[in-house]
Order: sequence, then C-alpha cells, then structure tokens
Amino acid sequence: MAAILDAKGLNKSFGAVTAASDINAAIEQDSVVGLIGTNGAGKTTFINMITGYLKPDRGRIHYEGRDITDLAPRDITRIGICRSFQIPQLYSSLTAYENMLMGLGVVMRNAGVGGFFSRGRPNVPGHGRPAEEVADAILERFGLVEYRDKNAQVLPGGVRKLLDIALTMAAKPKILLLDEPTSGVSAEEKFVIMEMIMKAVRAEGATVLFVEHDMEVVSRFAQRVLAFYDGRIIADGSPDTVLSDREVKRFVVGGELHRLDEKQGAANA
Amino acid sequence: MTSDRTPRILGAILVVLLAAGPFVPQWAIFLITIALAKGLVVLGLLILLRCGLVSFGQALYYCIGAYTAGMLGRLFEVDGVLTLMLAGMVVAAVTAYVLGFLLARYRGIFFGLLSLAVSMILYGLLVKSETLGSSDGFNVLPSTLFGIRPADEWVRYAVLVVASVVAFVAALLVHRYLKTPLGSLAPAIKDNEIRVEYMGASARYAIHVNYVIAAALAGLGGGLAATTVGHIDPEMAYWTTSGEFIFITILAGTGSVIAPFLGALIFGIIQTVAFDISPNTWQMVLGGALLAVIVFLPTGLWSLFRRRRAT
Repeated sequence: MAAILDAKGLNKSFGAVTAASDINAAIEQDSVVGLIGTNGAGKTTFINMITGYLKPDRGRIHYEGRDITDLAPRDITRIGICRSFQIPQLYSSLTAYENMLMGLGVVMRNAGVGGFFSRGRPNVPGHGRPAEEVADAILERFGLVEYRDKNAQVLPGGVRKLLDIALTMAAKPKILLLDEPTSGVSAEEKFVIMEMIMKAVRAEGATVLFVEHDMEVVSRFAQRVLAFYDGRIIADGSPDTVLSDREVKRFVVGGELHRLDEKQGAANA
Repeated sequence: MTSDRTPRILGAILVVLLAAGPFVPQWAIFLITIALAKGLVVLGLLILLRCGLVSFGQALYYCIGAYTAGMLGRLFEVDGVLTLMLAGMVVAAVTAYVLGFLLARYRGIFFGLLSLAVSMILYGLLVKSETLGSSDGFNVLPSTLFGIRPADEWVRYAVLVVASVVAFVAALLVHRYLKTPLGSLAPAIKDNEIRVEYMGASARYAIHVNYVIAAALAGLGGGLAATTVGHIDPEMAYWTTSGEFIFITILAGTGSVIAPFLGALIFGIIQTVAFDISPNTWQMVLGGALLAVIVFLPTGLWSLFRRRRAT
C-alpha cells in the first residue's frame, strides 16, 4: 500500500532538550498506528510537527506526495489531517450540538458553501446533508445523544474526550491523530470508548495514529506500533514484534521499573 | 428549529417609527435619531464582544464618520445625507482595514488599550488642528435628501426616516452575517482559538473582518450623528465617548441585533431624564442604572426578552 504520510529525518530541539532526533516514518493509507513511549519520549512532538503546531528544525513531511512541512495548522486541517487533544479543546460555553455545528460551519466556509447570499439549508460538503442533520448523526455515532444540549464545560471527562474526537469528524479527515484518547478514563471504560472511537472513525475510512500508554489497548487496536524513546523511534512493526522487543521492554513498557533497578544498582555499588 | 423572528420584529419597529414619527415631539425625534446613530456603533461592538473583544476606542470610527461627513460638506459642498453617511462608513472601514492588521493580533486587555490609544491619537490630532476648528470643532452644512431640503418642521422627521431605514438595513445585514459560517464563528473564537485553528479556520482573519464591519457601522453612526446634530468636535473621538458605547453595550447585552438600539434609546432616556432632574449629578444616576443592570440582568436588558436557556 502507498504511504499517505511520509516523515523524513525530523529533528526538533528545545534548547538543550532534543524532542525529536532523526524521526523517519511512512504511514500507509488506511492503517491504524499506535505511538508508545514514556512521557517526554517525543510522541506529542511528532504529532505537533505533523499538524503544523511545531516546525521541525530539520526534515520534511509529505502528505499524499505534497510537502506540508511549512503549512499552518489550519491549512493542514483543511487538506485532511485532523487531531484531537490530550486535554480536550472544546467550546466550553456552547452545547455539544453547537460545538458540532461550529466545526461543520468551518468546513462549509472553507468550501465556500452557506455564505452571506446562500438560501435555505445547504448541504455540508462531503457529508451530503445539512449541518443540523450531520451534527446529530455524528453525535449519535459517538454515543453522545444524551449530552446533545448540555454545555461542554459541564460534561464528564470521558464525554469531553469523545466530543473532542467527534469534532474532528466534521472535516472528514483522511488522517486522524488522537493524542491519548483514553487518558483520564477509567480502566474498564477504556476498551468501550476505544471500540466506539475506532468504529466511528474507521467507518469514515480514516487512517489513524493514536498515542496510548495502555499496552493492552495498543495491542488490541493498533496494526502497527511506533515506539519512541528519547526523541527517537526505537522500534517499528506489528504490536507483537514491538511489544516483545528487548529495548522497548526496557525503555518503554517497563520504563519505570528499569529506572528503579538502575537506582538500586547505583546505591548498591 | 425555532423560526427566526428577528427580521419581522425589526420590520415592525421600522413601521412603528415611521408611522409615529409625525406625531412625536421634535425633541423625542432627536433623541430617537441619536439613539439610532449610537445603536449602529454598539451593533459593531456587539460583533466584537461576541468574539470576546472589547474595543475601548470605537469612538475613533464614530469620529471618523462624523468628520468625513462634515468635511465633505465643508470642502466639496456635498449635502446628500445618504452620501455623507456612506462616505463616513467607507472611510472608517478603510481605516479599520489598515489598523486591523495590527489590532487583530491582540486579545483581551491589549486589544482594548491599543484601540483606545489609536482613538486618542485622532483626538490629539483634531484638538491641535486649527483648520478643523481644534477643540471647538465646526458646524456641518444642513443636509438634503435626494437633493431636496424638507420644510423646517419636517427636517427632523426626514432625518429620522433615513436613520430608521439605514439602521433597519444594517441590523438585518448584521443579523444575516452572524448566521453565516464566518459570522457564527465569534463565540468559538471567544471560547477556544486553538480549536478554531485546528478546525481549519483563521481566528485572526475572522477578527479582522469583524473589526472592519464594526468600524463601518461606527462610521455610519458617526455620519448620521453629524448630520443630525449639525455640529462636530473632537470629543467624538475622546475616550469618554468610547466608554459611553461600551456602557450601552453592557446595558443592552449581546443577545440580539435589536438590543443595541434598545440599549441606546434607554441610555438616551435615562440621560435626558437624569439631566433634567439633577443637572450636576446625572452621571451618578446613569452609573446606578448600569450597576442595577449588572447585578440583576448580567447579560443585559435583552435577557428580559429571552427565556433563559437551560444548561
């Protein structure tokens, strides 16, 4: 399969801290990729570089053969790369339904539909229905119907996460980057939520990259795993291969334990 | 979906104003016309406030509109009231387009104070320019409507007709604009600009457009005020004038495009009555009225007309 997204030689430093060091990754169309690594390993930096929030110091990013390295976040969103956030970014004074309408409104404006002189209720490009109907359909797909008319700021954490991801669906993304979609969600809810997200998102045929700390979730939902450590990708392959990799076990999966061992070793020496 | 009643209400208000005009005393016509002029400025502030921006310098464009109208009469003997108002609107909009490149970058207190600073620069320039009458300003030529100058007792009514129609059209256009994808982005910008960007829209662009629209409305209001009052002076750009517009915005609330005109009218009435009762302490009465609104109607007078939304 052809690569829809191709990152080559990405480097990014913040002062003395290297957040990305020679990152190379070609993401195939229609795949589901899990990004794992300890805090500060470079996962979110990788997502931030793809979505234009950060510009790499060196290296290029190509999307469908086009160089998108220097594009602004909104331009990257417009061509089909959308993201959700670790801390949900919602319009907190608006209801869940109004949040959806806002996202759909932007899609319409970018396509030049529904402007000052338009009449009636035009269809949202890509969805083939008026915004009000699309908003309800997406909320339903994410199981958010009961929260439709509640203000976003009073919604529970897990629901806010779902709404954050539902918002990205307004733009019919071709690539969706999910930054810790199940963080702050209880262990038993994780699989339910992830199942729902994957079903909703994959129904649209989007390629998915998701950051996740729970290895069970990763091995269940990812087709491919990229393991980050210290700004580098130290393993890349199927979940089975990567999660059984010695370095990954040492630096990513058992990261905390390993450091504890080291400290004890140093104390004993 | 509830049907949109605003255009019909606006139409009804227009009809009432036009029909009642001939039977209303001259001073009341004047009061209403000035309220319409200020309402136009506040309509612009409503758009900005929905984006979370408070302009402490909207008097800049009010003054630009007024001086454009005044100078067109003085230099070129233009006296068509609509031409004068439209000219004021265009000059204000062009100025805002240029300044917008700077101001649209700022938010919160920085936006407010920067807009205040720019308006005070104009005030300073006008006060120092003798050809424009410095702090005294100058008189505006009596204006005509489509080349006709109505009889003296009908002048005020004629201006009211023009003001009402212009305000009606402006309110209707703004109402329509606020429903377009670009116009309806305002609360999103106020809430979360990061999300706006990651939805594929430019918050700065939307603010720039809104800023120009707000300035155009203020210019229109300024042109109307100049032709109604017949005199202009630098006070129109002074910070207290800007403060008055913000006062009316808070009094009225941002719930509807009708609110600014209602707020401006009530402001005018309170001011007139308070001045009548206690010429030296009328500001205190105004202040008390605003305090009462803030305490009892935090979203402005308009909330009286709207059922509270369940959350």
